[in-house]
Amino acid sequence: MTARAWRILAGVMDPEMPMLSVLDLGMVRSVLRVGEGVRVNLSPTYSGCAAARVIRRDVECALRAAGYEPVEVVETLSPPWSSDWITARGRRRLSDHGIAPPPRHGADPVACPRCASVRTEMIAEFGSTPCKALYRCSDCREPFDRFKCL
Amino acid sequence: MSLLAYVLRLADGNLVLAQRLGEWVGHAPALEEDLGLANIALDHLGRARYLLDYAGRLEGRGRDEDALAFQRSEAEFSNYRMAEQPNGDFAHTIVRQVLMDALHLELFERLQHGSDACLAGIAAKAVKESRYHFRYSAGWLMRLGNGTPESRRRTECALGAMWPLTREFFDADHVDEDMHRAGIAPALAVVQAAWSERIGAALAQAKLPVPAAPIYSWYGKRGEHSEHLGRLLTELQSMYRAHDGTSW
Repeated sequence: MTARAWRILAGVMDPEMPMLSVLDLGMVRSVLRVGEGVRVNLSPTYSGCAAARVIRRDVECALRAAGYEPVEVVETLSPPWSSDWITARGRRRLSDHGIAPPPRHGADPVACPRCASVRTEMIAEFGSTPCKALYRCSDCREPFDRFKCL
Repeated sequence: MSLLAYVLRLADGNLVLAQRLGEWVGHAPALEEDLGLANIALDHLGRARYLLDYAGRLEGRGRDEDALAFQRSEAEFSNYRMAEQPNGDFAHTIVRQVLMDALHLELFERLQHGSDACLAGIAAKAVKESRYHFRYSAGWLMRLGNGTPESRRRTECALGAMWPLTREFFDADHVDEDMHRAGIAPALAVVQAAWSERIGAALAQAKLPVPAAPIYSWYGKRGEHSEHLGRLLTELQSMYRAHDGTSW
């Protein structure tokens, strides 16, 4: 009943990291058919994420364009989104695009997305967006972003 | 109504702090700090939005987050006085930040288990971010305290300016007591003990003395603000007020 809606959501991408869909990010909690329409429940990631509003709007637009009406997008804060919810596919896509995925809650060594070396060091806790930190590889000497553990 | 007042206190503190930190963009001492302060500011703004949205619903007068942020006047804002203090030099900003980060951390840690589902949800998100913020500000406090004679002098000066403003954090009034009785918020004495321990450890690492307990308090949380808030709000609200009724 909702499989089509889920497929559509797989095509709604993060505006800042366009290789990741809202499904890859683990943001979609539920999709419910409501008559001819649909209600999507989203978990926002960081409180400070500037893309949150855009993502919500994109979800609404994608579903409306596919013919669902009415479309209701609700945000649920509890339980809070965790970077653990990023799917395995999401983690691979991050890596493939030069961003080290977040550790699962434990101590994953940070591997350089370019040369895979684990001899890496953090330069700054805050990077280009609230969700990322800045690292450098001691082997290939390239800097890279790392998705922070939350 | 106490819950509305309590939510607005939290919302306003985050909104005002976000505005202050935003003033550093393009002016921070190093690029990493420009990014760091901007990212922290965004987190504060995000929380302020959730909290103002909740406050608007509690109030039930049809005011949304924008109406509350842009149309209230100084006396209606209930942020702590510390939040509205000018940024000053980097030491003043870091001292202000570390004192408030420790407060937010200890408060959200306990609020997330409180009986108000919405506040608990916001707190559960916010506490994770506050851990990052505290690591950043306490890290800088340590570097500044242990740095050069100049950085130490400026940090001691900042502590002298900010410390007296910590008293209102823990002076419980009827709003705090109502929230505690309702199981929504922790007892302020408990938060104070945890805060004192955390800040004490941070100051010790920075080789800075703990200042003497403040003997007087100012209550921004009751709308009693310094002259700084008026100027801050003028900047924050002027665009919205110039285009009354416009939606973004």
